[in-house]
Amino acid sequence: MDQQRRILLKSTLAASATGMAISAGLLTPKAVLAAWNTSAFTAKNVNDALTGAYGSTDIPESDKIKLKAPELAQSGSKVTLSVTSNLDKTESISFLVKENIQPLCATFNLGSRTEGYISTNVKIGKSSDVIAIVKADGKLYSIKQYVKVAIGGCGG
Amino acid sequence: MAKSKSTFKIRSRFKGDVATIQCQITHPMETGMRKDKKGNLIPAHFIQKFTCEHAGDVVLDTELNTSVSKNPYIKFKLSGAKEGDTLKLHWVDNKGNSDSAELEMKSRRRKKK
Repeated sequence: MDQQRRILLKSTLAASATGMAISAGLLTPKAVLAAWNTSAFTAKNVNDALTGAYGSTDIPESDKIKLKAPELAQSGSKVTLSVTSNLDKTESISFLVKENIQPLCATFNLGSRTEGYISTNVKIGKSSDVIAIVKADGKLYSIKQYVKVAIGGCGG
Repeated sequence: MAKSKSTFKIRSRFKGDVATIQCQITHPMETGMRKDKKGNLIPAHFIQKFTCEHAGDVVLDTELNTSVSKNPYIKFKLSGAKEGDTLKLHWVDNKGNSDSAELEMKSRRRKKK
């Protein structure tokens, strides 16, 4: 009798623990908000990310955009990237890191009074091309730079 | 979320008509790929949307991914803003947590000559 009780207790505990783990795991993707561009951000390569975000992969480079990124980053967990766009009517700026599992880092939609400048910190898994996409007056432009990373910043 | 301290920190600088705003949000930004000491995956926890409003206009509407660094830092430039104006900031993360704040734009204390 006693032994049976032990077994019962053990099995219920195990069941509830796994149940909790499953629900926790399942909740994460479901909590994704509708407004967040899931297809673009969870894309596994640059082309899919660009298709999801802008609907195009053929983006010409422009010398009117400047991307400031370090040539060698000591740690990939915090790499400062800044983009300056000298194009008129800059609408949005995106950052992509080619070798990251999910390349699209962030999209900044700028208001009419916001100047074409954004600076932010991103994680870079391993040495990779960093791409900035600028949308100005309905057209897309890009610029890229290679960033060498001494210690990766994803997965620690 | 009952938090005593705001998750936002801003710092503004003014040059003529253009304000440079630096904003930092306190947030773990977990990628969902890191493991804890026992080898279990730490679930993803990151900010997805960040917006900034000034004088009724949305001046910055941002979508972030897990690959933005811990305690996200964003710097941008805004024209038509002056010292003492209020910035309305708001973020939402993938767990549905959010925080918003209204902060006054103050310039950094200048060094005495």
